[in-house]
Amino acid sequence: MAGKTPISRKPVNFYVPIVAAFGALAGLFVGTAQGSGFLGLIIGAVLLGAMAFVATQIIKTERPTKWGFTVLLAVGGLLLGGIPGLVIGALFGWFFGWLTWWLYEGRYREKLAPYLTPGQVLWHFTFRVICGAIFVFLITPILVVMPLSFNSQDFFTFTPEMLRFEAEGYSLKHYRDFLTNNDWQNALRNSVLIAPAATLLSVSFGTLAAIGLSSEHVPFRRAIMAILISPMIVPLIISAAGMYFFYSRIGLQGTYFGVVLAHAALGIPFVIITVTATLVGFDRSLTRAAANMGANPVTTFFRVQMPLILPGVISGGLFAFITSFDEVVVVLFVGSAGQKTLPWQMFTGLREQISPTILAVATILVTLSILLLATVELLRRRSERLRGMSPG
Amino acid sequence: MLAADGTPLKKSLARALRMQKIRALLLIAPLLVFVLVTFLAPIADMLFRSVENQIVRDTLPQTVSRLSAWDSDEEELPPEEVFEAFYVDMVLAREQKLHTRLGTRLNYEKTGLSSLFRKSGRGIGRFDTDVYTDALVDADPSWEEGATWEDLFSNAGVRSALPFTASTWDRWSAVLGADGKNSSEEDIEDFIVTALYTEVSKGQGAGVDARVDQAASAFAGIEPISIRSQFADIDEDWADPEVWRTIHTYAPPYIDGYFLNSIDMQKTPDGIEQRPENQRIYLMLFGRTMFMSLVITFSCILLGYPVAWILANLPMRTANLLMILVLLPFWTSLLVRTSAWKVMLQQQGVINDVLVWLGMVADDGRLVMINNQTGTIIAMTHILLPFMILPLYSVMQTIPPSYLRAAKSLGATNWTAFWRVYFPQSVPGIGAGSILVFILSIGYYITPEIVGGTTGVFISNRIAYHISSSLNWGLAAALGTILLAVVLILYWAYDRIVGIDNVKLGG
Repeated sequence: MAGKTPISRKPVNFYVPIVAAFGALAGLFVGTAQGSGFLGLIIGAVLLGAMAFVATQIIKTERPTKWGFTVLLAVGGLLLGGIPGLVIGALFGWFFGWLTWWLYEGRYREKLAPYLTPGQVLWHFTFRVICGAIFVFLITPILVVMPLSFNSQDFFTFTPEMLRFEAEGYSLKHYRDFLTNNDWQNALRNSVLIAPAATLLSVSFGTLAAIGLSSEHVPFRRAIMAILISPMIVPLIISAAGMYFFYSRIGLQGTYFGVVLAHAALGIPFVIITVTATLVGFDRSLTRAAANMGANPVTTFFRVQMPLILPGVISGGLFAFITSFDEVVVVLFVGSAGQKTLPWQMFTGLREQISPTILAVATILVTLSILLLATVELLRRRSERLRGMSPG
Repeated sequence: MLAADGTPLKKSLARALRMQKIRALLLIAPLLVFVLVTFLAPIADMLFRSVENQIVRDTLPQTVSRLSAWDSDEEELPPEEVFEAFYVDMVLAREQKLHTRLGTRLNYEKTGLSSLFRKSGRGIGRFDTDVYTDALVDADPSWEEGATWEDLFSNAGVRSALPFTASTWDRWSAVLGADGKNSSEEDIEDFIVTALYTEVSKGQGAGVDARVDQAASAFAGIEPISIRSQFADIDEDWADPEVWRTIHTYAPPYIDGYFLNSIDMQKTPDGIEQRPENQRIYLMLFGRTMFMSLVITFSCILLGYPVAWILANLPMRTANLLMILVLLPFWTSLLVRTSAWKVMLQQQGVINDVLVWLGMVADDGRLVMINNQTGTIIAMTHILLPFMILPLYSVMQTIPPSYLRAAKSLGATNWTAFWRVYFPQSVPGIGAGSILVFILSIGYYITPEIVGGTTGVFISNRIAYHISSSLNWGLAAALGTILLAVVLILYWAYDRIVGIDNVKLGG
């Protein structure tokens, strides 16, 4: 993006204190870790302030000084905290090098409107930092699980060996356990059996109903919609309780079929929502044209309508699949030990015998959800393209 | 105007419209039936169970009908004939092993009844009522055979003269029949003879049948046995009117007792009153569920608003990239996220380790962030945050950024422009997201169960406990019904404000 505001170099008394303040903050952390917070604060401020001054006013070339920052702080980190210190030091060094030049050259103003006051500029960046922190909050738990699953110990936390990046700190033993342990394998098999069956049920019923719902003249549309969406809204524990009572009355409790039916019911709202959303953009004259050319309703559905709404149907199906694949409350009550699914096994694992195999399973599931997310995103784009809602 | 086939156009159009409606309904019908059977019927069953109380009446039919005449307000025990009926009912219940179930049921209302019923089930066979049988068999040994009785009760006159004994005999035959036995081939049992004694000794059935008269003369010299004191011998609690009041209060087939229980009230002979202080937990739990859901909703607004804003105001490409950071947690298994928080928040977990490493927390003063309310709030805020961000984002996308610029050019400060111009337009998004998050959070079970410990659990955890551990299904159903009512009200509000058609899933 072209700059909105012409940029100019800033005076020393502007950027050196800022870098020093950040240095003081970093120094405070390092200082408390080493025993004296106050000393760290002073050293951090003086050191970083001086480095910023030297880099911009004495050496005056950007690239070498940035590398200098990185190497210097990395070495400092190595001395204080070993290998993990080295990594953190290097990251800090890179950050401070970037910060110094970013402030010195006035690049931070580049993309902002020229009329903003300094206070507004400061708020702009503070706001971004806050948002960044929230994004970190969103993603950290998922990222933390992954390296921990390669732990060679039966711990739920980073061992010193892992932090020193030693090979013996890491192993695939939790994955091996997942692949060889009968409990986990049974659970995986059950999940793989139940989820597709439930998905198939909810997709076939759901698509038909969505097509019915999207026609112009449906009596009681609102009420029907409210009923069909309700499995998503009613708390799972209530659905689970009701299904437990009712299914044990009619002999479905503790059977595969019962679990499949229950999961299909839970997946239906997702199919309805995605498919009706796709049908909103569907051009009805296409079906009329097909009928006009002599196609019967079934042919029209499979040859004209279905290919066009297929992306919506598939993403609804994926939602239904993930609902069933992730579901634990209902299967906990409707199923019996023979229908133990993967989430159920994880749930008991978390509650009773805490084994890090859960983390290996979690990592596998995260990978799976990344794949699903990518698929849904691609389908959505394709659907919009098919319906002519966005170019490309 | 006429259509091509000669019918009036209006009529023809109406028919076409009706055809369309029927076709649409036919397409919807299979799913509607499916949802009715697999989802709504279970919910209805749960509602039904929250008031249903057939067990007392089914297990103790005679006792309940005789007890209805007893005035439970008095400090007196029920009359002897109630005990006689209870004796018969209990023996029959013990034969079918139903008395322990009834004891468990009544134990929810008055502690100690479960063991009382269990104990009585064991002791009831040792009653002194065998003297009646002995006297009868002494008079004529054929009284010992079931066939004699079968024969006796085939006489309609006898049946109407001795209704209690007849119904006892019929129930006994039915119990044996269920076991594949025939009552006419079995030896007679003491409790049936006792039933006969209670009626014959009052002169009922005199002159109806020779055998009845024979029995009456055989019983003539016997000292009557007080069934009441027989029960009191098993356990003194049977002489406590309180026990009988409990049975009396919970005799009706449909009761509101479970609902009273779920709001910490109870039925007593003096009317409805609050439970003792140490038994009140449900109102507190409901209150806690509401309060924590509000806190979670509020933290979601606080964290979700800036994120939705920045997503809506960044260039498309960057926003789409950042959107992945929101959607990935949304798509990740709930169990994965919950286990991740367990890993992070534990005392030996990642956050505490980092804090100790940084020296901000002493090694022996590690923060307790799990198995309490903090843990539940942090983890659930993270889990439900996407549900707040997505509706907010879709609303904010529709607010033109030029409005803010216009406000500023008219002299508004940053804050005024935001608060007076932007914020009001984003309120629908806040409303939609908040209701969604609130609805989802008050029914949460898994996350509080794992990271909530004892102080961070919700009402759902209590429902699950009553279904699977304490087996008090009626109470679980009543708690569930109350929770469902709250959710449905919110659902209705959501429908009014947002419209269920407008629910968006991941962009």
